[in-house]
Amino acid sequence: MGWGPFQYNIMPESASEHAPYYDALFMTITGLTVFFTVIVVALIMFFAAKYRRGTKMDRRNVLTHHTGLELIWMGVPLLLALAMFAWSSKNFMNVRTMPKDATEIFCIGKQWMWHFQHMNGIRENNELHVVVGQPVKLTMISQDVIHAMYLPEMRAQYHVVPGRYTELSFTPTKPGRYKILCAMHCGTQHSEMVGQLYVMNPTEYADWIDKGGNKYKAKPLTIVEAGQQIWNEKACYNCHTGVDNPRAPSLAGISGKTRKMADGTSVVADRDYLRESIKTPHNHLTAGWENTMPVYGGTLTELQILQLVEYIQTLTPQKGDYVRPDLKLNTPGSDSDSTPVDIANKGNSAGNAQFRTSEERR
Amino acid sequence: MSSTVIESGTAEHPVSEKNYLNADHTLKSWLLTVDHKRIGILYLISVTFFFFIGAIAAAMIRYELTSPKGILLSSEVYNKTFSAHGIYMVFQFLVVAIPAVLGNFLIPIMIGARDMAFPRLNLLSWYMFMTGGTLITLSFILGGVDAGWTFYVPLSTLSETQISLCLVGIFITGFSSIFTAVNFIATIHKMRAPGMTWYRLPLFIWAHYATAVVVLLGTPVVAITLFLVVVERGFGFGIFSPELGGDPVLFQHLFWFYSHPAVYIMILPAFGIINELITCFSRRPIFGYRFIAYSSLAIAFLGFLVWGHHMFLSSQSAFQGIVFSLISWVLAIPSAIKVFNWTTTMYKGSIHFSTPMLYALGFMGLFLIGGLTGLYLASIDTDVHLTGTYFIVAHFHYVMVGGTILAYLGGIHFWFPKMFGRTYSEFWGRLSAMIVFIGFNLTFFPQFMLGYLGMPRRYHYYYFAPEWQFYHILSTAGSTVLGFGFLLPGIYLTYAVFKGKKSGPNPWGAKGLEWEHTASPPITENFAKPLLVTDNVYDYNPDEDSKMYEKEYEDDSMLGGVR
Repeated sequence: MGWGPFQYNIMPESASEHAPYYDALFMTITGLTVFFTVIVVALIMFFAAKYRRGTKMDRRNVLTHHTGLELIWMGVPLLLALAMFAWSSKNFMNVRTMPKDATEIFCIGKQWMWHFQHMNGIRENNELHVVVGQPVKLTMISQDVIHAMYLPEMRAQYHVVPGRYTELSFTPTKPGRYKILCAMHCGTQHSEMVGQLYVMNPTEYADWIDKGGNKYKAKPLTIVEAGQQIWNEKACYNCHTGVDNPRAPSLAGISGKTRKMADGTSVVADRDYLRESIKTPHNHLTAGWENTMPVYGGTLTELQILQLVEYIQTLTPQKGDYVRPDLKLNTPGSDSDSTPVDIANKGNSAGNAQFRTSEERR
Repeated sequence: MSSTVIESGTAEHPVSEKNYLNADHTLKSWLLTVDHKRIGILYLISVTFFFFIGAIAAAMIRYELTSPKGILLSSEVYNKTFSAHGIYMVFQFLVVAIPAVLGNFLIPIMIGARDMAFPRLNLLSWYMFMTGGTLITLSFILGGVDAGWTFYVPLSTLSETQISLCLVGIFITGFSSIFTAVNFIATIHKMRAPGMTWYRLPLFIWAHYATAVVVLLGTPVVAITLFLVVVERGFGFGIFSPELGGDPVLFQHLFWFYSHPAVYIMILPAFGIINELITCFSRRPIFGYRFIAYSSLAIAFLGFLVWGHHMFLSSQSAFQGIVFSLISWVLAIPSAIKVFNWTTTMYKGSIHFSTPMLYALGFMGLFLIGGLTGLYLASIDTDVHLTGTYFIVAHFHYVMVGGTILAYLGGIHFWFPKMFGRTYSEFWGRLSAMIVFIGFNLTFFPQFMLGYLGMPRRYHYYYFAPEWQFYHILSTAGSTVLGFGFLLPGIYLTYAVFKGKKSGPNPWGAKGLEWEHTASPPITENFAKPLLVTDNVYDYNPDEDSKMYEKEYEDDSMLGGVR
């Protein structure tokens, strides 16, 4: 819209399944706002004109209180408010309930870019390609400060917080190019932390996938494959075998299970828990095991942790898993009188690995 | 309010003939004064100074945003500029302005007291305020602060700018508020003149009482929160940063636990002023005194239960968000009561459009829009698309500038003759009120549109959406008008302080102890003799008042009074 050099819009484009519902609520509240503003302003102007000093009006017996009137103008707005609240909350619950059939995409926010990681391994920076009509669920985490993933045309926004995974879902309904913005002040180049959301037809999207996401010629590792690679590189399997052993609990089938902690609490093994247990394993010790796992917070990036977590979630108990005899014999936790420090001092625990010099490690 | 002077009573000290302004002229007599009126004037000068720093920062922001690619500042300087604007305006102006200037000056006079309950504490609070302001200013001179006035962690702990110094400054300023609040509460409870019952108090006092309670309960929380950020920055304690084992969302909870009630700290005293202005210029007792008084207390109470509506998307639980949303919707009601009562107060009044009344009417219009647009943000679903955008910016400027600053200016214009014993030019006063109203709407209404279109706040560039420029240019044009509107009172009021026409003790014909029983300017002891209050508050008679002007009305132009 506009004239000559003056181009402007009245409404943002509406391109998601939720957007029409959002706009309906928005317009209703706008209607109420205009209604009350007009009524009050009209009354003020009416009184101001009619009772301007010097006009010949009846000013005797001025009313100084009227409880009935007060109750009416408290009650009516209150009922309206409660109705609007119910409508709004229902909408919100719809948006915040993650669709089951959604395409899952991971998003890492960092100063000052958006990094996206598709399940099939395609990675994108400041660009995101999705299929029209297909619900998308973003699982997001920040690598540094708080960001906010904001998709104005989808009427979708959620904070991207360091230290925990957050989720955002939307269903694009119109092919096109839309804005990805950061709506939380995140430092110097905050206003340049912007990207494009490409909503494509399924055929276009398939084409895009075929070309390896346009950018990469070779077929990339899927996110689970990448996680497995880290699992192998870091030799996680050395302690976390297929079955529980004295050195470490098994991770097979851990996803979604309720775990008993050493301090008596229990925790559901979701992504956040798995992530924390990689970065700072000492925070939540599973009951029955000692604090022997090294801290991986400084050695793995958020992206690597994400991939590793996804891989761990795919682990299931396999036939033929057995307790390795070497772990049985040389068990750090078997001496019940020992403190974790004693165990570490014995020099043969996994937890002690971080205290060894590089010389010794060879 | 009518009241009698207790003839038999004698003042404890001999009463001086001089007023508080000319009682002594030395600098020392000003800097070491314990007179609440002089402290009010000290505050008036200081907050005006800080307001102009904040306003210059605002002008820089507005100029920068006329172009999608930026024309004046680098990204880094831009971030420091909007941080300066927010920090000065919130902590050094809005929270302080009305209570510390008008509250300090008027509370003892309105309740018939000679001074505050703790005059020395009152002076100390001004020194704390100035120390805080100086440290904040120092932090900007030494390089600035780039985390915004909200200081969200981990941005504020990772930032390498002068955040620690600035936070210490805000911490100290916070204590100045706490001291003032202690003083107000003690004064209002213990220093009322005989016969001045709670329901005879002007609503200005009720509003300040509610404000003081909020300050007292909220400010320590934000003070310690900001201090914890300093500790985390200085010593690496892991309280908020996840890297150190802390929780960044905890900071937001603690911060908004104060900073949402802080909105009421800023707006409640403004409500107090509007009560006085509407009744005086409608020449009519206020409608629904008790409902207005209790709605202030209800706002103060409920205001503490809605902080989570700043955090709907922060990763707090969805159900928690819905509860906060519900309370926020309910909180709209006590504010609505006030607007309805003020409107009804004009019914059967004898209305006159003096400068303060124009500001009060402007306030009602703007606060109405500011308050109602708050509903979009209390509504948890509509908040999703609007939070963190210019919609928020427009909303709180409608409340803070359209509400607080208009009421503050209205109050200054109303009590100016009392403070300085002189009057200003009514023509320039009305003109500036009009300019402020028009400039304000032109500045901030386009920002509602920008926010709905999706422009995030604190953005330096918007080259990816050049269609937003239209609204930014409108807004900048408006801010130029608004700036001019703010500058005008600065000029003609300063002129009037020295050269204005002398005013009598009660130039507006208003009711209230400060008008009926003190000179303009008041003497240092406020009242020559102790008072006994015998009548109700706001006992105006619109019928009698209007009859006096019937002849004038017939000769007059539409707006009345301007000839």
